[in-house]
Amino acid sequence: MLEPVQLTQFGVTELEAQHALDRLNVRDVDYADLYFESRISESVSMEEGIVKRAAKSVSQGVGVRATAGEKTGFAYSDELTKKDLEIAADTARYIANSPRGDSPVPVPIQRRATRDLYPVERTRAEVPTADRVTLLNEIDAEARRYDPRIKNVMASFNTEYKVVAVATTDGALVGDIQPLSRLQITCIAEDRDNRQVGSFGGGGRVEFEYYREDNRHLSYAREAAREAILNLSAVDAPAGVMPVVLAGGWPGILLHEAIGHGLEADFNRKKTSAFSNLIGKRVASAVCTIVDDGTLPFRRGSLNMDDEGTPTSCTMLIEKGILRRYITDKLNARLMGIPLTGNGRRESYQSVVLPRMTNTFMLAGESDPQDIIRSVKKGLYAVSFGGGQVDITNGKFVFSASEAYLIEDGRITSPVKGATLIGNGPEILTKVSMVAHDLKLDNGIGTCGKDGQSVPVGVGLPTIKIDEITVGGTQG
Amino acid sequence: MLPEQRGTEPAPIVNGYTDLAADVLAHAKACGATEADIVVADGETLSVQVRVGTVDRLTKAREKRLGLRVFIGKRSATTSTSDFSRESLEQLVADTCTLARAVVEDGVSGLPDAAQLATEQPSLDLYDETVLDTETQIDWAKRGEAAAFAADPRVTNSEGAEFDSSSGRVVLANSHGFVGSYKSSTFSLSVSPIAIESGAGTMQRDMWYEVQRKFARLASAESIGQEAARRAVRRLGARKVATKRVPVVFDQETAGSLLAHLCSAISGYGLYKRASFLLDKLGQTIASDLMTLYDDGRMVGGLGSRPFDGEGLTTRKNTIVERGVLKSYLLDTYSGKKLGLPSTGKASRSVGESPSVGPTNFYLVPGLKSPQEIIGPVREGLYVTELIGFGINMVTGDYSRGACGFWIENGELAYPVEEITIAGNLKQMFKNIEVVGNDLVFRGRIASPTLKISEMMVAGN
Repeated sequence: MLEPVQLTQFGVTELEAQHALDRLNVRDVDYADLYFESRISESVSMEEGIVKRAAKSVSQGVGVRATAGEKTGFAYSDELTKKDLEIAADTARYIANSPRGDSPVPVPIQRRATRDLYPVERTRAEVPTADRVTLLNEIDAEARRYDPRIKNVMASFNTEYKVVAVATTDGALVGDIQPLSRLQITCIAEDRDNRQVGSFGGGGRVEFEYYREDNRHLSYAREAAREAILNLSAVDAPAGVMPVVLAGGWPGILLHEAIGHGLEADFNRKKTSAFSNLIGKRVASAVCTIVDDGTLPFRRGSLNMDDEGTPTSCTMLIEKGILRRYITDKLNARLMGIPLTGNGRRESYQSVVLPRMTNTFMLAGESDPQDIIRSVKKGLYAVSFGGGQVDITNGKFVFSASEAYLIEDGRITSPVKGATLIGNGPEILTKVSMVAHDLKLDNGIGTCGKDGQSVPVGVGLPTIKIDEITVGGTQG
Repeated sequence: MLPEQRGTEPAPIVNGYTDLAADVLAHAKACGATEADIVVADGETLSVQVRVGTVDRLTKAREKRLGLRVFIGKRSATTSTSDFSRESLEQLVADTCTLARAVVEDGVSGLPDAAQLATEQPSLDLYDETVLDTETQIDWAKRGEAAAFAADPRVTNSEGAEFDSSSGRVVLANSHGFVGSYKSSTFSLSVSPIAIESGAGTMQRDMWYEVQRKFARLASAESIGQEAARRAVRRLGARKVATKRVPVVFDQETAGSLLAHLCSAISGYGLYKRASFLLDKLGQTIASDLMTLYDDGRMVGGLGSRPFDGEGLTTRKNTIVERGVLKSYLLDTYSGKKLGLPSTGKASRSVGESPSVGPTNFYLVPGLKSPQEIIGPVREGLYVTELIGFGINMVTGDYSRGACGFWIENGELAYPVEEITIAGNLKQMFKNIEVVGNDLVFRGRIASPTLKISEMMVAGN
């Protein structure tokens, strides 16, 4: 168990936090919280065989929020002065229509401990920059060794060390230390006039040693190089509706875009989601069971507690094709009268809490991956993807393949150039006819954007077959 | 309610930041830095979100940040902090120098030459003293949303309307003695209505917005709300179409996204890393001869304007493409040196990061035809109003994105379409631009009139 994070490290005493909460807790305020955050981000990057950039940023601040009915009053500051707290309290009073003379109701807060899904040394061991430089140098050498046609290697290693504490009017004072790191590699391959790109990466709430275990960093380098070289021989992608087989792991971005965002409670409370009013209804074939699980140790999308101090959980979103739950934060759970799932997240103290995904994946099925490929006469086999996007309201989503192959007569044949796949969220999973037993989680590279806020997330998928989806290639 | 006017400006703070910058630069020198530059930025924001007639969210904030870049010979590192205490800044300087010593020498790194730095800093009219109170902003957002609801009975829900105002200042100083600063502000209203089809119950969302540096220049809340409603309602009943190759007309917003891809492709950083589909094309034809593009960092009141760039160089108006021929890349000092060219004054700078490059006010010179005159001669084609997804490969130019819009039949917008993709290659797409519209409007830092591309693959059923 972690000791609760000490407020004193933010330059605040427990009593001061208590007073600030009291001040916010005026009549008609349903809930208020203070979110203290300190973050140290570091990065080193290389290109052209030189580790030429190193950067570090330090930030600290507090976000102060009060909610009344559907309304949220929010203020933030990089200083915790009396004036900043007054502005925050006034903002809160404003939204609650609380008169100035109204007296606040004292809130007793109690320290609570959290879980420990990503243990870190209490005194953070500094990784010497020289070690990071060496890591990147080895990656560059490995990628170039893979094939002489690799002409440039760009690699970056980013780490973040975030300490948060949340004090709430529902009586909790709880803290967490949230380490996060990511190694990302991009290779450019050139063969005469043909230039192609390949990339690979990974990470999580892990320490530096993770990347050196079994030379994981070198295997990332080879993967990025392999994809770039493979794309040198890629043919134009087909256009039109066809069966698509998605490989396990990162292609789980399908779930994130097609259904995950649509199940976030805010959109459903406002009835602006294509999934509004579909709880208990069939939205996927019976072979599909999908969860959002923030409790997986060391995962990029995992958290001991969400940014409102609620422990994260494993939430059944879709069970054998039937929509079971939305994912919630406190505001939306309260307004909708549905369970709190521990998905209230924010990018930083400068942003408001929104219901967000953690690690979203489909549970393993029973099919054999080879049988799935063999079942397709003419279609696409997509192994890796770039980003995706969704229109919550009409349900249309896209995600773009970065490594894909044609399937012809049940066999994987030529690699094809990247193409965007487009479908309809509430409909696409009803077209999943086979789910393999090979569930894989992604390597830890996902970042989700919503309302201008980025948070780290994970996805996962076994090999699946979608009977039909529109593939946006150039060949008719 | 009338906006309050801000009284005397707190000028001492600017001086304070200038002194602070000088102190930090001196301290960096004492720690062994041979060159350094520093960015200090601060700002205030008030954001109001209204949904279905009531206030949904109110956000107030003040923030500040300091970014430092040091060079120790040919090694460099950057850092940033929001803590301006003496102790914290001394630690920052020490950390930055330690980091710089740990990286590898990079032969072309360094500040720009002193002689290149801006010597005059004209006022570009980027700042408005108007301070809006909360009630005024709530009123604007409510009126915008109400106008959308009133515009059409099928608008029955809303993602809300948001009115933001922000103002801030930037100070840039370097060890050559350059000190520059400017203030800027923005005022914006966006309205996002949802229209529902009575029978099928399907929903469509769209939005409209405006951003201005001067409050007085904003269009009326009502006109923004009405346009948002028109855009949402016209999407009702959208369907897929059969897969086929057709001419594609891009509206102003989506045409602007194509120009944004062009900006990335001619960015010095993409070019020297050989990660662009427009390598070694300076002086060559890269687009249709209808295409003439400028990037103007000194447009008065422009959303991308600034008196000096992210390294302190004078901003300017550059001819980027002239009748289809590529005339200039977007370069800062570093990427310019890598390519053997001088900076074109396009350094962009986030506090705490080393410079990158970006467009200032980047636009395509308009042609003569109205959007109607462009659509009129199209027998069958696609009019694109929204693009989603990230299917753009900057190394190869391969392009494949999700699209929404209207199917064109015999020169008319016949019906709305969705769940389709458009695909091609940007190299070819820029050359296949057949018509440039007359409807250039600056709504952001990149602006384009309506464009028509002769043919692209549309994938649907």
